[in-house]
Amino acid sequence: MSKFKFKKNTNTPEVSTASLPDIVFMLLFFFMTVTVMKDDTLKVVNELPNASEIKKLEKKDRIITIYIGKPVEKFEETQGEQPKIQMDDRFVNLAEFGSRVLEAINERPEHLRGFITISLKVDKKASMGLVDDVKEELRKINALKINYTTYEGDAYKNLD
Amino acid sequence: MARRGGAPEVSAGSMADIAFLLLIFFLVTTTIETDAGLDRMLPPIEPPDVDVIIKEKNIFQVNINKNGQLLADDNLIDLKDLRAKAMEFLDNNGDASCTYCKGKKNPESSDNPQKAIISLKNDRETKYSTYITVQNELVGAYNELRNREAQRLFKRDFVEIEAEYLNPETKDKLDETAYDELKEKVKRIQELFPQKLSEAETSSSN
Repeated sequence: MSKFKFKKNTNTPEVSTASLPDIVFMLLFFFMTVTVMKDDTLKVVNELPNASEIKKLEKKDRIITIYIGKPVEKFEETQGEQPKIQMDDRFVNLAEFGSRVLEAINERPEHLRGFITISLKVDKKASMGLVDDVKEELRKINALKINYTTYEGDAYKNLD
Repeated sequence: MARRGGAPEVSAGSMADIAFLLLIFFLVTTTIETDAGLDRMLPPIEPPDVDVIIKEKNIFQVNINKNGQLLADDNLIDLKDLRAKAMEFLDNNGDASCTYCKGKKNPESSDNPQKAIISLKNDRETKYSTYITVQNELVGAYNELRNREAQRLFKRDFVEIEAEYLNPETKDKLDETAYDELKEKVKRIQELFPQKLSEAETSSSN
C-alpha cells in the first residue's frame, strides 16, 4: 500500500532564499560603480534644458562647474528672486566672478590648466542676460572653452 | 558533554537585510552621471590685428528676440525650419570650389563651407531654453553635414567617430597608429565643414 502514499505531500516546495544576498550584493556593486557622489549642494533652482546634439564631458579633473538660476526658496529672502551664480557652495556676484574662476583654475595641476572646460549649468527658465554677462567675464579671463551642460533629450521639449 | 567542532555557525539570514540597507543608502545618496552638453568656444576678447573682411553673403545671421521668435537672414522663420535653412546655407557652394557639396550654388548665399559663418545674436531677455534649442539646431546642422561626409568617406557617422575619439578609454584600447588614424579621420571631416559659429556681443533690448 505504500505505493499510494507519495500523493500526500502536494504543497509547493519553498523557494530557497539563500542566493538573495548574492543578488542584492550584485545590485549594490552595480550602483556603487555607476554612480557618483553629489558634490555640490544646490542653492539655486537648476533644471537643465534638453539637447540632442551633445558631447559627453569626459575627464572630470578638467571641469569647473558653474550653476546659474534663481535662488531656492530657502534663500529667496536674502538673495532675492533674480537669477544668481553659484560656484562650489557659495553665491558669487558678477564683480568677483572672474577672480573666483581664475582661483579655481589655479587650484588645478599646472599641466591641466590649459585644458579647463567651464561647464555652465543654467536653469532653463533663466534669461540670457546673466548668461551673457558670465560669458563676457569668462572672455576677460581668457577661459574660452565652455560647455552648455544639458540633459539628453528632444530640444523642442524646452519650448513648452 | 564535551563540545565538538569549532565555534557555532553564525546565521547568515540577516545578510540580505544588511545588503539591502547598503543598497538603499547608495541609491539615495548618488546620482547617475548626467554631464553632457554643447561644447562652444568663446571668441577671444582682444580683436584680431588685421580686419578680416567677410562678405555679407557668407554670414548667416540668426537673431532671437525676447519672445523667442527667430529672424534668420532678415526673414521671420519657424524654429523647425532652422536646421534645414542652416544646412542649405552651409552646403550652398556658391563659387563651385567645394567638390563634395550638394547645394544649390545660389550666388546670393555662401561661397563654400570654409567661408560660411553662422552668427547668433540674442536679446538679454531671451529665455535660456530657447537659446539652447537654437544652438542645438545649429550644431545639428553641422553634424548632419559632417555625418553625410563621414558616411561617404568612412561608412560611419561622424558623431560616432568623434565620440570614440573623445572617449578616454579608446586611447588604452587602440595602439598608437590606430588612434592617430582615428584622430586623422575626425580632423579631416572637421575641415570639410569647419564649425564657424560666432556668438557676438548681444544687442541690448529697447
